[in-house]
Amino acid sequence: MSDHNYTPSSKFGKWFNDRLPLLTLANHLTDYPTPKNLNYWWTFGGILTFCLITQIITGLVLAMHYIAHADLAFSSVEHIMRDVNYGWLIRYIHANGASMFFLAVYIHIFRSLFYGSYKAPREIIWILGIMIYLLMMAAAFMGYVLPWGQMSFWGATVITNLFSAIPLVGESITTWLWGGYSVDNPTLTRFFTLHYLIPFLILGLVVLHIWALHVPGNNNPVGIDIQKPSKDTVPFHPYIVIKDLFALLLFMIVFAFFVFYSPNILGHADNYIEANPLVTPAHIVPEWYLLPFYAILRSIPDKLLGVVAMLSAIFILAALPWLDTSKVRSAVFRPLYKQFYWILVIDVLILGYVGAMPAEGLYLLIARVATAYYFLHFLLILPILGKIEKTTPLPLSITSPVLGGSADLAMAKNIDVRKEKL
Amino acid sequence: MSDEKKPNRRDFIFTATAAVGAVGAGAAAWPLIDQMNPDASVKALASTEVDVSSMQPGQSVTVLWRGKPVFIKRRTENEINEARNVNISDLKHPEKDEDRAKNPEWLVMLGVCTHLGCVPLGDKGEYGGWFCPCHGSHYDTSGRIRKGPAPTNLEIPKYEFVNSNTIKIG
Repeated sequence: MSDHNYTPSSKFGKWFNDRLPLLTLANHLTDYPTPKNLNYWWTFGGILTFCLITQIITGLVLAMHYIAHADLAFSSVEHIMRDVNYGWLIRYIHANGASMFFLAVYIHIFRSLFYGSYKAPREIIWILGIMIYLLMMAAAFMGYVLPWGQMSFWGATVITNLFSAIPLVGESITTWLWGGYSVDNPTLTRFFTLHYLIPFLILGLVVLHIWALHVPGNNNPVGIDIQKPSKDTVPFHPYIVIKDLFALLLFMIVFAFFVFYSPNILGHADNYIEANPLVTPAHIVPEWYLLPFYAILRSIPDKLLGVVAMLSAIFILAALPWLDTSKVRSAVFRPLYKQFYWILVIDVLILGYVGAMPAEGLYLLIARVATAYYFLHFLLILPILGKIEKTTPLPLSITSPVLGGSADLAMAKNIDVRKEKL
Repeated sequence: MSDEKKPNRRDFIFTATAAVGAVGAGAAAWPLIDQMNPDASVKALASTEVDVSSMQPGQSVTVLWRGKPVFIKRRTENEINEARNVNISDLKHPEKDEDRAKNPEWLVMLGVCTHLGCVPLGDKGEYGGWFCPCHGSHYDTSGRIRKGPAPTNLEIPKYEFVNSNTIKIG
């Protein structure tokens, strides 16, 4: 890295930087050499930072008006919607912001899967990312409980009951989580506390995630190691900053569409009915971003194994850097992996779809096949594929395929291109 | 530094200090963990009395006990026969109806699905008892699990007939 020699130009800057090297940090972030071939799939890191900050700011404001009590929570949310100045706007941004956050994080994760960004030397970045994703799910789930509607209450009941599947201590853990014998006021107040805490934990992990990223630098669409800085890189500012901002603007159009034109389309009408511990809604469904895991839970006709399968589906991702045995990162050069990648994408979409459908008949059968395939992909296909797949030749640098004409041509004449460069 | 791995006095002091520290940290953490368990006011809501004098055979009521729904069902002759003529070895969680309903006419049980805690719907499902809409568990007319993901039968709470018209739950 080039920023170790940085000296601020002003006298005060130098004085300050000698005591707290914030300007060195700012200089590092500005000059940070970034691969010049990053495509728009790489803009979602910045978009996710925006989502986190939006959720924290709108959440702080909502907490000024919300009352975490089983008797008052539901009406305090209606109070926010009807009486508080711009309360409707702030709450709709916060509620839809959660969906936008997950939309962006899924694109971000699937970008990593396609371009092999989880592979050495970026395993720690990936695992930190999975931890952020887990905390996001916890925050989203607890946030959904706070309005104390029917879906809030019964969603909380079903999810906390997952812990009762643990042998021997399950019941005690569930009672401990509830602070009673069912989901009730003590549950609501502690969920509010944790919902408030988790975004700041996420923020801390995001700092580590970016720190770990800045050690090896960004992966890139061709997935090769590059010299930094070199002809293959551009400084983060202004090149990547402007590109990220442009992508963010496009993303905000989608965000604004949901907030202003269909703010409730991603929610459930049942959550506008106050929580009633005597009546379960006819059809309980979690928010869309949890549906694939919900489908896995329901596809297994055994309580404990269902919970184990659902949690494994998430934790298996943390082991991905070691399950994928291929040394080649980018799917661009892995003709077989590329096909299995798209099958996995379709598989997850199918799981999401059947997760929203009743667990019976054909839907149950599809859910079982899709669940089996999900685990097959990670536990069998990826380890074997890395051993048997014949990958196409990697370019020597990011620049070489460009100089050699089209990328395909350059790859075909890979050896010639290398010679030319030498 | 000696090459031998023989523990010396200093190793002993380190281990002893760490052990005392761990016990102290555990003792300090326990109140912070235990405060989340049910408090005295929650535990105090022990029992509920229900007047069942107006219930006809076939009818059922749902009452709230400790924040949970309790089903009280006055069963018809058919339902009792159905529940009692089941081959016990066919059941996932074998229990005799005689043990679940001391007075065959009255079935009292927690209305909480043993899968993930939803409230099952009455007079539904393939066994004429209850059906949980969340994940598709079917219970029979004795509240026993017959089909679906739930692991056990609907739980029977502690209850008694205070007199012929009143049931006390808890």
